[in-house]
Amino acid sequence: MKRLFLFLPVILVIVLGVVLFAGIGKDPNRLESALIGKPVPAFNLSDLADAERQLDGEVFRGEVSLLNVWGTWCPACRDEHDDLLWLAEDKGVRIIGLNYKDNREDALVWLERLGDPYAVTLYDPRGTLGFDLGVYGAPETYVIDPEGIVRHRHVGVVNEKVWKEDLEPLVTRYREGA
Amino acid sequence: MARWFAMCLLLAMLPQTVSADEANVQGFDNLAEEQRYRELISELRCPKCQNQNIADSNAPISKDMRDAVYLMMQDGASDDAIVGALVDRFGEFVRYNPEVDRRTFLLWATPAITVGIGLLVVGGIVIRSRRRGEQGASLTSEEQARVSRLLAGEDRNSHS
Amino acid sequence: MYPELGQFALILALLLAVLLSVVPLAGSVTGRDNLQAFARPLSAGLFVFVAIAFAILTYAFLIDDFSVAYVANNSNSMLPWYYKFSAVWGGHEGSLLLWILMLAGWTLAVAVFSRRLPSVMIAQVLAVMGMITVGFLLFTILTSNPFDRMLPNVPADGNDLNPLLQDFGLIVHPPMLYMGYVGFSVAFAFAIAALINGKLDAAWARWSRPWTTVAWAFLSLGIALGSWWAYYELGWGGWWFWDPVENASLLPWLSGTALMHSLAVTEKRGVFKSWTVLLAIVTFSLSLLGTFLVRSGVLTSVHAFASDPERGTFLLALLAITIVSSLMLYAVRAPVVHVRSRYGSMSREIFLLLNNVLLVAATLLVLIGTLYPLVLDYLDMGRLSIGEPFFNLTFSPLAVATGLLMGAGVFSRWKKTDGGWLGRKLLWPLAVSLLVTTVLMVVYGGFKPWAFMGCFAAVWVSVATLWDLWDKSASRKGRLYGLKRQSRSYYGMVLGHLGMAITMAGATVVSNYGIERDVRMSPGDTAMVGDYQVEFIEIGDRQGRNFSAQYGTFVVSMDGDAVSILHPEKRQYLVQRSVMTEAGIDAGLFRDVFVAVGERISDDAWAIRLQYKPLVRWLWLGSIFMAAGGFLAIADRRYRVRDKATEKRAATTPEPRGDAAEALS
Repeated sequence: MKRLFLFLPVILVIVLGVVLFAGIGKDPNRLESALIGKPVPAFNLSDLADAERQLDGEVFRGEVSLLNVWGTWCPACRDEHDDLLWLAEDKGVRIIGLNYKDNREDALVWLERLGDPYAVTLYDPRGTLGFDLGVYGAPETYVIDPEGIVRHRHVGVVNEKVWKEDLEPLVTRYREGA
Repeated sequence: MARWFAMCLLLAMLPQTVSADEANVQGFDNLAEEQRYRELISELRCPKCQNQNIADSNAPISKDMRDAVYLMMQDGASDDAIVGALVDRFGEFVRYNPEVDRRTFLLWATPAITVGIGLLVVGGIVIRSRRRGEQGASLTSEEQARVSRLLAGEDRNSHS
Repeated sequence: MYPELGQFALILALLLAVLLSVVPLAGSVTGRDNLQAFARPLSAGLFVFVAIAFAILTYAFLIDDFSVAYVANNSNSMLPWYYKFSAVWGGHEGSLLLWILMLAGWTLAVAVFSRRLPSVMIAQVLAVMGMITVGFLLFTILTSNPFDRMLPNVPADGNDLNPLLQDFGLIVHPPMLYMGYVGFSVAFAFAIAALINGKLDAAWARWSRPWTTVAWAFLSLGIALGSWWAYYELGWGGWWFWDPVENASLLPWLSGTALMHSLAVTEKRGVFKSWTVLLAIVTFSLSLLGTFLVRSGVLTSVHAFASDPERGTFLLALLAITIVSSLMLYAVRAPVVHVRSRYGSMSREIFLLLNNVLLVAATLLVLIGTLYPLVLDYLDMGRLSIGEPFFNLTFSPLAVATGLLMGAGVFSRWKKTDGGWLGRKLLWPLAVSLLVTTVLMVVYGGFKPWAFMGCFAAVWVSVATLWDLWDKSASRKGRLYGLKRQSRSYYGMVLGHLGMAITMAGATVVSNYGIERDVRMSPGDTAMVGDYQVEFIEIGDRQGRNFSAQYGTFVVSMDGDAVSILHPEKRQYLVQRSVMTEAGIDAGLFRDVFVAVGERISDDAWAIRLQYKPLVRWLWLGSIFMAAGGFLAIADRRYRVRDKATEKRAATTPEPRGDAAEALS
């Protein structure tokens, strides 16, 4: 009976080993958004293309959309730009831009030159909406359902693989739901 | 914790103002607020960095978070409210001091449980040893034999 | 061509390691002495080939051979020669090779210094060491070959050593740390050998003890060096952040400390054997776990190596095989029949047992605090961070309690200590300690509960230890004679305990009475930190060998008298394009003044971090004492003088020897 206690360390170590094994290869920096299942935080920002036009949470209403956080200062945003164009044009995905900590002129030149995948772009020079969303580095892409609820966040570049594996299933689901 | 006491003490003892010719980075005008600010930012984790708090990190997001903490302090928010606001945005991940709840209960209880079990074991050893002392060596003959084998260092496998 | 020779040397080393783990063991099972006799020469050969491989890698660094991928990734022709040398262990592959070199070195040391041991024992111990070496050599050769080449496209210059590592602290910290980590493999090997042949006796404890102590001493130094390095090099003036990698080094230290003490009980009294052998296994397992955590990328840390899932999986498999098999062996073979010794509730055995309880609780709390986020993530219960607040709150009470026990424990006797006698004995030290602590509180400007308890524990340990020395050295032939009569292992204990007290005092005072400020300053501004006035004179440019820097000048003064001139820097390293903060530190035995330049706020204003750090040096000073104590203890005469009679008695009777000898434990 007493000897059974001596097996306790082995059992503990095996349990620990399973947990450690599961942890290998996972990115320890990946962070789930705190807003999943919650509405996009309230905001009031101007349209990038039209400084006079004020936009709020209503832009997400009625159709599932991707909210893409970008800036001209962010090299990775340049990398994903062509994929965003492909999504908007070939896949018919509605992408809302969030121009984050940038300035209007640079951003407009960028869209002019590279093409504009965004249905509309929110202009957030001071990063207030970005902060409320918990953005910690551009680019980030959120899936927002037709009710304006955050369903998913992807940190990093969006490409075909990310779209197929992470975003498309969700977009399809909420499209059908609508 | 130790720092927390340090902070309380400073709050109580040193309502001293920062002299006019110097300014802390955020422009606090009294040392107690400055310490409270330091306390807060040293217990919040930078979400982008490799395990650094926002006080030590140079990442842009850390600066934004520091500014947010400062602004909320200026609005008179409590420490809990400030940490809560950041947790709402960035998740539980950003606080270095996890709350005691269902998930973290085991974490917080481990030290106490270990010490408790340890003390019970040591107590048991002492009591048994004392009882043996009173009864004298009351081992069965089989046990006696095994002990003497063991003492002679010949006990190769002592299954019991 | 020569890098391939390095790889070849590693492969030969692997072959020798395989032989070492098989042949002597076979000899011990079949009882054939000639096979057992292979253990020593094989150990020597193993060391020679690992050393050759290490020397070749070093040579590749010194001559800037960028055809070797590892050199190209971790060095640069502009690097000063001493950093080229330390860059050998600046990355994963090379530091692993250093690990193996240490392991082979310890194996050789066991082979050389254990001539008095029975040949069966030595054959088995060396065989176990050989098995561990096989695992790590396989790991290196299969996943992390430092001699991989970049042919035919040899880069013109290297990627440079990470600027954080271009520092004196990083030349010495990893070798010390690894000496400690790897050194526990000896205690582990002794434990496994003892389990295999069922001779878990006082002699086993006696043989394991010096090896454990010396590994522990190296680990203490290694951890302290790491803490010191983080303090001045990371730029934030912190000395312990409870980062997973820091915790990984603390874990084997804590359980190793427990092991050292429980080995003392097992050696002197022949009791708690199962517990001691378990601690030996656990301590080395924690060393291995630390290696895994640093190299597998499962945890986020400022200090981790670049991660690679393949390496992580390999290492975990290695860990699983080593730890599970040794614990299985333990479960099957450990004795459950206790020697029916009697000990009073105030005996030294019980004090040491309580010390073990606290140290094991501390080990577990650091372990769970480090791994809990991983477990929660595994269970899909979200991600959270466990940092300083948790550890400070839970660790401090355990540290204080350990200190209180240590002080009382030095007076206790083996077997039985009279409670009333002990109480009277402690009365004066207690009064003195209370007085000293109260004075300290007044000097540092204010009573704080935790500061009081931490300082009291530290003072209490020192007073009690010195008191005991005073008592013991009383002699009719004079004090000097009495002091000379004490054994080196007793002085080792005194130094070790004083070191612990010094570190505790440093940690308590600096975290309770230290002052940190972030101020905005332009040249010409002054700011106060504690009683010190810091004036920002100017900031200019300076060109280093492989960096350019903004070079600040600050004058620190107190009551109008200049104390020192500090030059904190912000360096831009040219190759890796990274920015490093070099703090300006006015170091002193009783306080440091720390100035670091932060971000530029406007054209002429900078964020400046000012810190006043009382007793911060004591943190590391204490570890020097601890390490010195460890080295002194193993220099004790009884480990050197051939004393067969005592050895035989120790091997056969767990009963204590004469009282005089015991007091000197």
